[in-house]
Amino acid sequence: MENLVQIALQNVNMAAILPSLVLTCFGMGLLLINVFLPRGTTRHAVWISVIGLVVTGFFVYTGWGNPQYGFNDAVANDNYTAFFSVIFLFAAGLTILMSDDYLTREGYPVSEYYPLILFATAGAMWMASGTDMLTIFLGLEVMSIALYVLAGFFRGQLRSNEAGLKYFLLGAFSTGFLLYGIALIYGVTGSTKLTEIGIYLNAHGSLLENPMTLAGLVLLSTGFLFKIAAAPFHMWTPDVYEGAPTPVTAFMSAGPKAAAFAAFLRIMEYCFFSLKPEWTAMLWVIAVLTMVIGNVIAIQQTNLKRMLAYSSIAHAGYALVGLVAANEIGYSGILFYMLAYTFMNIGAFAVLVLAGKKGEDNLTLEGFSGFGLKRPFLGVAMTVFLFSLMGLPPTAGFAGKFYIFAGAVKAGYIWLAVIGVLNSAVSLYYYLRIMVYMYFRDAEEDYAWVSLPAAAVISIVIALIGVFYLGIIPGDVMEMAKMAIF
Amino acid sequence: MLDSYLPILTLIIIALGFSVAVIVLSRLVGENKPSAVKLAPYECGMPPVGSAHEQFSIKFYIIAMLFIVFDIEVVFMYPWAVMFKRLGLFGFMEMGVFILILLVGYAYVWKKGALEWE
Amino acid sequence: MYDKLWLIPFFPLLGAIINGLLGKRFIKNEKVIGAIGTGMLFLSFLVSCKYFIQLLGDSVKSHQNVIASWMSVGKLQVDWGFLLDPLSALMIMVVTGVGTLIHLYSIGYMHGEEGFYRYFSYLNLFVFSMLMLVLGNNALVMFVGWEGVGLCSYLLIGYYFEKKSAGDAAKKAFVMNRVGDFGFLLGLFTLFWALGSHGVWTINFVEITENAHLLSGDMILGASVTTVATLCFFLGATGKSAQLPLFTWLPDAMEGPTPVSALIHAATMVTAGVYMIGRMNILFAMSPTTMFVVALVGALTAIFAATIGFAQNDIKRVLAYSTVSQLGFMFVAMGVGAFTAGIFHLMTHAFFKACLFLGSGSVIHAMHHALHHAHLDDDAQDMRNMGGLRKKMPITWATFGISCLAISGLPFFSGFFSKDEILWWAFASTRGNKVIWVIVVVAAFMTAFYMFRCLYMTFYGEQKTNPKAKDHVHESPWVITLPLVVLAGLATVGGLIGIPHAIDIAHVGNKLNAFLAPVFHHSQELYKIEAHGSASTEIILMVFSVAIALAGIGFATVMYMKDPSLPGKFTAKFPTLHRVVFNKWYVDEIYDTLFVNSTKKLGIFCWKGFDVKVVDGIVNGIAKLVGALSSVLRYTQSGLFTNYALTMVLGTVVMLAIFILN
Repeated sequence: MENLVQIALQNVNMAAILPSLVLTCFGMGLLLINVFLPRGTTRHAVWISVIGLVVTGFFVYTGWGNPQYGFNDAVANDNYTAFFSVIFLFAAGLTILMSDDYLTREGYPVSEYYPLILFATAGAMWMASGTDMLTIFLGLEVMSIALYVLAGFFRGQLRSNEAGLKYFLLGAFSTGFLLYGIALIYGVTGSTKLTEIGIYLNAHGSLLENPMTLAGLVLLSTGFLFKIAAAPFHMWTPDVYEGAPTPVTAFMSAGPKAAAFAAFLRIMEYCFFSLKPEWTAMLWVIAVLTMVIGNVIAIQQTNLKRMLAYSSIAHAGYALVGLVAANEIGYSGILFYMLAYTFMNIGAFAVLVLAGKKGEDNLTLEGFSGFGLKRPFLGVAMTVFLFSLMGLPPTAGFAGKFYIFAGAVKAGYIWLAVIGVLNSAVSLYYYLRIMVYMYFRDAEEDYAWVSLPAAAVISIVIALIGVFYLGIIPGDVMEMAKMAIF
Repeated sequence: MLDSYLPILTLIIIALGFSVAVIVLSRLVGENKPSAVKLAPYECGMPPVGSAHEQFSIKFYIIAMLFIVFDIEVVFMYPWAVMFKRLGLFGFMEMGVFILILLVGYAYVWKKGALEWE
Repeated sequence: MYDKLWLIPFFPLLGAIINGLLGKRFIKNEKVIGAIGTGMLFLSFLVSCKYFIQLLGDSVKSHQNVIASWMSVGKLQVDWGFLLDPLSALMIMVVTGVGTLIHLYSIGYMHGEEGFYRYFSYLNLFVFSMLMLVLGNNALVMFVGWEGVGLCSYLLIGYYFEKKSAGDAAKKAFVMNRVGDFGFLLGLFTLFWALGSHGVWTINFVEITENAHLLSGDMILGASVTTVATLCFFLGATGKSAQLPLFTWLPDAMEGPTPVSALIHAATMVTAGVYMIGRMNILFAMSPTTMFVVALVGALTAIFAATIGFAQNDIKRVLAYSTVSQLGFMFVAMGVGAFTAGIFHLMTHAFFKACLFLGSGSVIHAMHHALHHAHLDDDAQDMRNMGGLRKKMPITWATFGISCLAISGLPFFSGFFSKDEILWWAFASTRGNKVIWVIVVVAAFMTAFYMFRCLYMTFYGEQKTNPKAKDHVHESPWVITLPLVVLAGLATVGGLIGIPHAIDIAHVGNKLNAFLAPVFHHSQELYKIEAHGSASTEIILMVFSVAIALAGIGFATVMYMKDPSLPGKFTAKFPTLHRVVFNKWYVDEIYDTLFVNSTKKLGIFCWKGFDVKVVDGIVNGIAKLVGALSSVLRYTQSGLFTNYALTMVLGTVVMLAIFILN
């Protein structure tokens, strides 16, 4: 007992959790401020949140290149954490900027929305920084609980309720898998620390000799693949993405997905590096399945949110290709891709947010007829984001896919890269269809309800800059991504 | 490795076997004469009133939830209290932060009116 | 010292940008636009003069000016770099000098045209591209210019794009040029690869020249590498310089405004092929085969185009075929190793042909106004509507006449010196050939004939213009006549820089020969290219060629001045021959049948037979398959969360199975 206390006290290192700590403080502060202001005032929350994100970003920035470990090796604030934190912060920031007018339009000007996003972001950061199964699990729960609430945020809307409930039930179910996996791994190795697990597994023979490791690994993977929205654990995605408030969907598709990738990648590399041939074979199948299912079903969709949900599944598949490659380019490609995806996908959702009427029944292909011509700025922005999602140069999506597939080819998975590229070709169909409707159909409406609030425009412009920056000069960020991986 | 689980398996089999055996035996051997009173749910001797599928006010849930949250968090203070001296000033501050976070939640709940019954 | 070379192409580029971007909305004023366009080029001309003079006084004759690195691929380093040596110095003088005059002329000629700014922007852009072409220190920069001039040519031929014929002509020019460009690229790749196999990865002209000797003996496809590469380059040259078999675009290019024809399709762009051979003369010198092909193609083009020139009635078309023919002369020169003579003729041709075109432009301009004034839609370019304009347009007449004398090769006009040197080399060079000499001499005779036919039909005899318009024809304004006078002056005295040794009584020496020697002497020396023969032979040949020219002129005088009924009789006597010549030997029709229609048929087959049925079938099939798969898969999305949970469990089981099966 005495020993434990000593260990606990010695390993306190606030620098290891500084960014997420700051963010949490902002979240809690904002929560308190909210209750003391009259109902329906939300504008202050936007700016306080953004300031909070920027301040957090500053601490993330100062932590770059200066890794900090603490709490008995349960947390690592290294470059890897920092890179992912930037992704989460951008995801949260872009989401928050587009939300304010949207919430008012939909009749829920409730300021709790913003602290919830901050908490989810903090949870995501813990997931990325966790080097202990339990820290990761803690982060996952903090993030997920906030997201359950956010998904069902429009409590008067049936669809939103359904989304929240489904996400909660299935999320809890998947958490069960994850926790069980952690328990089994603990049973085998006697530790929850990633490095210790890795050392133990490396020293003690092959996987197949011990069904418990195998089961643990599979259950653990199920938990994370659920959050990533990889097939066949993707079923929740379309329903939840469609029903949740659009900015929340945007956030969920970028931030938490990246967080799950962060934790999954770290666990795979720290704990199971000795079993690489085995789990890459498993993920190969998952990656292919995910890409195919995402892209193929997306073709049939006419609701744009649902289409982007399937597209999001497909993109998870592309990113998984980098995990299968399991080399430097593949891993850093995932980091790059997640950042790129954050910009392009949230950008696309931001356009949807602005284009929607109250209730968002018009967010269909038909409802977008002639949109590009009537609303040139949003039309051009949407075109850029779609090009990026397709993976055409000179956009971020192209560079991201290029790195990921290059990693796969380098690792010898030529067929996987070919399947990936073929899938990108299939994806052209449904992305281009949006553009066809936007530009080549006669407008039936004048889109007079579409306004351009400054905050949302800032969000779109940042996303545009990000898409082009990563697309035209991907080298710098890719270098950083290479420095960020282990 | 799997050998060590053998006792557990044995236990499960015995338990299952015993309960199945009891149910099957009582069906086979005992007499079976159901009546309305016999089939009624047992309510500690009180006669049952109305259906059990009744809607409760959401207030119950909120109160119950808040109770559990704060109750569980208090549990955390017991081990802390035991080790208080050894943890020293740092331990005290940690607990202070913990309480502060609780306090934020409490203030929020209070201000939101979740504690008011009406 | 030579570090401001980039200014030369920079000024026209600036002009193009200013006029192109601001011309329509902001500047609007024609005078300002014209002044910017012309002024920029004039600045460029001044800079060119400065460097030209500087180079004259410099003992080192080759200077490179690298302004930026373009790309670095493997061992290949390509720069945005310029090369000033006597050859490029001469070229920039011609391009900027003649260019400035033609810009000035354009202000008057294009007055009141819609899209005036567009015209000047394109014209400046053209000059920029042309300067990149001649100044580039490596083949890629040259290629940028090469493509750039092609593009500008396309844009300017199609300047009156609302006319279908102009659009078609522009397309034709572009496509034919592309065929040639393909050859250029192939040649470049071959050369690059061949040099690379010796460890020299370069496309820099200076380095190519220095290392060309490495290639001797290299074989590819059963021929020497230099032959293959240079033949490819020559194919590029035939496209750009309108030689057989790719010459038919040039006459059609006359759809563009006349100053464009003068600048692009007479003085500068079409000579790019000649320049390119001059630039890579060492490679050509290494391959006697290619040289012979060049000379032969040149000679055949010269005579072939000249015959067509006989029967044309459109003044600009006559000049166009004349240009094709004269370019043939230049290629003959390059082919027989008379590089200096080729460049010499390029220069003199730039003077007199630009003058001729501008003169024709002046006539057309006047005719157009007169006809317009009288509300007639007679063809303003048809010589049969002209005649007797000598009195009405004395300056135009005088300059046009001087240029005709020059192109016919009458003594002491510029054309005499350059053409004579070509003939002499064709006759006496180690790479020469008597047959080619004969062909060229005949072509020279024809040239004299059809040029004077053109002169007589336009300026002499009775005025055949519709009486209503007759009196409205008058001389053009000074912006048009000034360039005419300057060019006519140059056409007269421009030849004096290259007086042949045989008749150099005053011992001034062949200035041009000495000036260009650093570029050409090396390869001529190395590969034993020289003209053998005594001075007396040279003088006899000279007298003979003058006699030939005079005969041509005399013949024309008889037919079109003394007895105007003769041509009609001649036509009546040989109707088939006339028809064939009038219809340009049916080359266009043959090309149409051979290439255009068969390609079209192939295209239609590919489209209807292959694309629609096979490709579309496969694509649509796959699309349908994916669609069907999609419709099936979407039923998995039942919306029931228990199903979802079940799928998750199944997925986990599948993952386990994958592990165990592995």
